[in-house]
Amino acid sequence: MDKRNELGAYLFLLPAGIILLVFFFIPFFHTIFLSFFDYSSDIYHPNFVFLKNYIDLISSPLFLKTILNTFYFLILCVPFLVIFPLFLAILINQKIVCKTLYKLLIYIPVVISIVVVAIAFKWLYAPNGLLNYFLELLNIDSIGWLSDTRYSMISVALVTIYKGVGYYMMIYLSALMSVPNELYEAADIDGASFFKKHMLVSIPHIMPVIALVSTISSISALKVFVEIYVMTKGGPLDSTKTIVYYIYEKAFENLDLGIASAGAVILLFIVMIFSILNIFVFEKDKYKV
Amino acid sequence: MINKIFKKLFKYFHFSPKNIFIHIFLIFMCLLSIIPLLWLLSTALKGRSENIFAYPPVFLPQDFTLDNFKEVLKLVPIIKYVINSFIVAFFTVVLNVVLSALAAYPLARMNFKGKKIAFFAILSTIMVPFQTIMLPVYIITLKLHLVDSYSDTMGYLGLILPFAVNAFGIFLMRQAFMTISREVEESAVVDGCNSFQIFSLILLPMVKPTIALLAIFTFIGSWGEFLWPSIVLTNDNLFTLPVGINNLSGAFSADYRLVAAGSIISIVPILIFFIALQKYFIQGSQDGAVKG
Repeated sequence: MDKRNELGAYLFLLPAGIILLVFFFIPFFHTIFLSFFDYSSDIYHPNFVFLKNYIDLISSPLFLKTILNTFYFLILCVPFLVIFPLFLAILINQKIVCKTLYKLLIYIPVVISIVVVAIAFKWLYAPNGLLNYFLELLNIDSIGWLSDTRYSMISVALVTIYKGVGYYMMIYLSALMSVPNELYEAADIDGASFFKKHMLVSIPHIMPVIALVSTISSISALKVFVEIYVMTKGGPLDSTKTIVYYIYEKAFENLDLGIASAGAVILLFIVMIFSILNIFVFEKDKYKV
Repeated sequence: MINKIFKKLFKYFHFSPKNIFIHIFLIFMCLLSIIPLLWLLSTALKGRSENIFAYPPVFLPQDFTLDNFKEVLKLVPIIKYVINSFIVAFFTVVLNVVLSALAAYPLARMNFKGKKIAFFAILSTIMVPFQTIMLPVYIITLKLHLVDSYSDTMGYLGLILPFAVNAFGIFLMRQAFMTISREVEESAVVDGCNSFQIFSLILLPMVKPTIALLAIFTFIGSWGEFLWPSIVLTNDNLFTLPVGINNLSGAFSADYRLVAAGSIISIVPILIFFIALQKYFIQGSQDGAVKG
């Protein structure tokens, strides 16, 4: 009986196992393997160069710039995506009418393909587009949203924020529902103001979720690609070139497989810092054996 | 009298100075959230005679027309893109639900040699973003001939199989199975059910809400996926919507009316899907980070 059961367990795991083996584990080790080879001179006869690709990358100003750009992007979006959706969730969680309508409208950008969102924003960002018109109404000179290196990354980050707010707001909303009502009632009896009540009751209670949102939004910021591909192609002057964009360019445009793979391994290490935090600290209940 | 009615209305709608401020703020946020799309729609509805760069901008089309939609449908096979997106999303959803549920069951319920290894192997995949392994995934896909240059079916398979299952889905299903009491299963064993019968006849029906959740979020993810299809697809015949619309925006950048019309057509199916299944989206986020 027990032996049969064991065989059964493997059969259940087999289909998913095959997919993960072919499209995850083999490619994963292949990435590391490729990162030790030099493909730049002859793509059909790569040379084993061991760590040279990594050394080249770390000493390449362009690659370092893409790392800085990626973190700049992260700093632009993550604090906003952690704090603002929480604020929205607290407001929506009040006893008000039209709650569902508000939730749905704010959630719409989440379900729309990032390609369409990026196209819509490219149109808003146009030199004589809607956003510059609003600036003019405020008596501010128009801006080259995507063409000025000072603003290009901020403009990209705005798109990511636009698409992410609803998603994180929903996560916060479900967390807020778990805050016991008695705590609010107690705060009301103590005469706490609206602001104080949430600073002292809601926020401490959902701290683990705030931490979770920080790591998942950081991980998705580190992986940013489509917004940039559709809107700026990494320009102007590489000001929006991020690590994933760099890897993509090296792998699929320059066919420099070794450098692309070494870049991927470096990105992997950066992402792992955040995902390890996530798995072993913030979501450890979900991932217990 | 009027005063009284107002008071009643205020009470009925929970209006108070604080709540009115909240409403104003939330209405403003809702506007921000749909204005980019409304502006796209407005551009798509403007006729040839109207300057879409007019200054100041005009929100309501003066020369209202549906010609842009007709034209973009004539120039670009958007309907074909919708069908492709649907095929890919549909099979990705089916495979994700089936494979995640199958793999989750022994992880939640059985004891077997290597359980820990299997568990951590699957968990480790969460830490590795697709972007870091996409190049070798592409190489394997080419080696397996899962590309559109081979045949349409192989092309679809190449879009679907790499995303046929992931750790998030497996852990989501596992959590659902773990909440079911063991007694349910034990009585089934007494009745002589084998593991597969227990799984398919007893446990699966009990986790329907989680299946719905997994299906919906997988669908949204697959529908919006751009990076992978843009890497593997070479043939315009198999373009999914995001790839097709991106291509359209490059090809017709000179005429933004057409780009806008195409984009609007592309979001209609997903908006209908979203509105029809809205309650799942609102409940669904309870299980949090479904997206990768």
